Amino acid sequence: MDIVFNLLTAAVLAGTPLLLGTLGEILTEKSGNLNLGVEGMMFMGAIAGIAGSWFTEQWFSGGGFAAAFVGLITSFLAGCLGALIYAFLTITLRANQNVTGLTLTIFGTGFGNFFGELLGKKAGNFVAVTTETKNAFAGAMNFGPLSKIPVIGQLLFQYNWLVYLSIILAIAMAWFLNKTRTGLNLRAVGESPATADAAGINVTKYKYAATIIGGGICGIAGMYISMVTCSGVWVHNCVNGYGWLAVALVIFSTWSPSRALLCGLIFGGLKILRLYVSIPGVATQIYDMLPYIATILVLIITSIRQSKELAQPKSCGLNYFREDR
Amino acid sequence: MSAQASKEIKEPLFRITKRGSITAGKAWAIRGLALLGALLTGALLILLLGHNPFEVYASMISGAFGKKIAIQETVKLTIPLLITGIGLAFAFKMKFWNIGGEGQILMGGVAASAVAIYGTSLPHVPKLLLMATAAIVVGGLYGMIPALFKAKWGTNETLFTLMMNYIAIQFIMFLQYQPAWQEERTSFPKIRMLDASAYLPKVFGVHIGWIISLILVFVAYIYIAKTKHGYEISVVGDSPNTARYAGINVSRVLIRTMFLSAALCGLVGFLQVSGSDGTLTENTANGVGFTAITVAWLAKMNPFAMVLVSLFIAVLERGSSSIQTSHGIPSSAASLLTGIILFFMLGCEFFINYRLVHRGKKGEN
Repeated sequence: MDIVFNLLTAAVLAGTPLLLGTLGEILTEKSGNLNLGVEGMMFMGAIAGIAGSWFTEQWFSGGGFAAAFVGLITSFLAGCLGALIYAFLTITLRANQNVTGLTLTIFGTGFGNFFGELLGKKAGNFVAVTTETKNAFAGAMNFGPLSKIPVIGQLLFQYNWLVYLSIILAIAMAWFLNKTRTGLNLRAVGESPATADAAGINVTKYKYAATIIGGGICGIAGMYISMVTCSGVWVHNCVNGYGWLAVALVIFSTWSPSRALLCGLIFGGLKILRLYVSIPGVATQIYDMLPYIATILVLIITSIRQSKELAQPKSCGLNYFREDR
Repeated sequence: MSAQASKEIKEPLFRITKRGSITAGKAWAIRGLALLGALLTGALLILLLGHNPFEVYASMISGAFGKKIAIQETVKLTIPLLITGIGLAFAFKMKFWNIGGEGQILMGGVAASAVAIYGTSLPHVPKLLLMATAAIVVGGLYGMIPALFKAKWGTNETLFTLMMNYIAIQFIMFLQYQPAWQEERTSFPKIRMLDASAYLPKVFGVHIGWIISLILVFVAYIYIAKTKHGYEISVVGDSPNTARYAGINVSRVLIRTMFLSAALCGLVGFLQVSGSDGTLTENTANGVGFTAITVAWLAKMNPFAMVLVSLFIAVLERGSSSIQTSHGIPSSAASLLTGIILFFMLGCEFFINYRLVHRGKKGEN
């Protein structure tokens, strides 16, 4: 029982950055932009978050929630910046989405590692935030008596605030995409921009907004890695494929934020499964393949079933030129 | 439009029209300006860090070309970019988004290493030939899997090939724990160094991969521009329906071309293992599969242009590791600068394909 317990809580912690990255990319793809720069935006968010918190500490001599809050904002803005470059190139300048996204990954990876090393030099040997700030990120939230309920309290009410933030975000996004007019308009833009345009929806505005906010959410996902997973220390190459995993997770959760909640937990679990469960004869490296194999299976199955509900937004990957219609 | 209709229709300041045609000189001038803009942006960054941009750029160039060994290292970085770029361009030409170059390189490397590890007693030349063949076939087959699904069910190839990269990386990590692949008498998770008889010969200090890559440039050009296969690829890329109407078997073209594309990536795996590193690690591909996508794209799928573009990126990478020692600028500057340059180059294509017309001008379209 203990193993299942520990596995579940560890899966939640490991799955949260994936969930955040996935939510950002779902929002982006719903507007018809396939932004393959998630990894890059996460790197940008990771370094911006740590830099924001660190500088706040330096200026106000002391960490804590203020520094954590600044980190949250700076990481969001850094993700937005990455996405803005992407949006400008693909929406306004009509550059190819795949190539631009990959370039954003190259750029963002360089951005993160470059400024990470520079900041490390400035701070002495390596950059690390104070324990107060670290606790402000990674410390469990206090739900009072709720946290003390046996089993349920431990399972549901003892995570850091970013976990709850991402869950709220997922639910809010599901509501936004399914129940609000703006959300439905956004989906129309992603499915068929020409139709949306004819219906009087400002395609460019929707695409820009969704891509940039989506990028900001990916930035927060990066901050989770640098501040929680790496406990507030800049680690070279810290994002290390998480961004690509988030792209995979978008497919796995078939472009639905609510399913992403569950799928994020599954991926988080798969990612750390080998630490908790070992099946004799199965090497740990095979475990690490599972998230990717699962994603491929989902891709194949949805393509065989030709399911419109579970497929990628139809215009995803294609730029919209009004004149080309 | 009901809400807007009552309002006065506002004409934007600029209107975008497609250019009918543009002279090659003008197009290159625009690209040159974009490159200049990117370098200026980079210079601004260097200036903000408190260094002299001219000095840093000069030091990058001398780091890439200053000494004989520097040139050799630069060429060594160019080879995998060039060949992978050529391979990926085959797939891109038919609008098949092969972003699994990384995995195909690695699987090629696995096949080549397997031949070297299980066939230690083979003589030098047959061993190398067998390694190359195995790498080409295995790399090609690995890339063919997504193509089969695409042909049969239209499965999204961008994401499929991407996922295959990670499976290949994990597979190599798995091999690192297999005793047969490790250095004898150790259990350190690392694939052993191959015997010297599995190494590629060198010409002018660089393994013969550079000669192979230059031959491939010509072969690829002829294949794409002068053969029936090449023609079929462009028809399928432009319009699969036209291709079908013309009696081209689209599925066959898709699968065949994707095999070739991945086979070239597999060959790169062999060259890296046998020519450059002497062993196989999870970093054998080292992002080449991704960077080569931009090589192919910037070169407009033209193999000759790819020589220049891949050399340019290699110079950036090589130069950045030299400014780390000379100026203390982190070598990650390479990907930062590459990113900036690519952003500018991607953006400038717009100004080559389209024209901004000021609203004052009338009477043309």
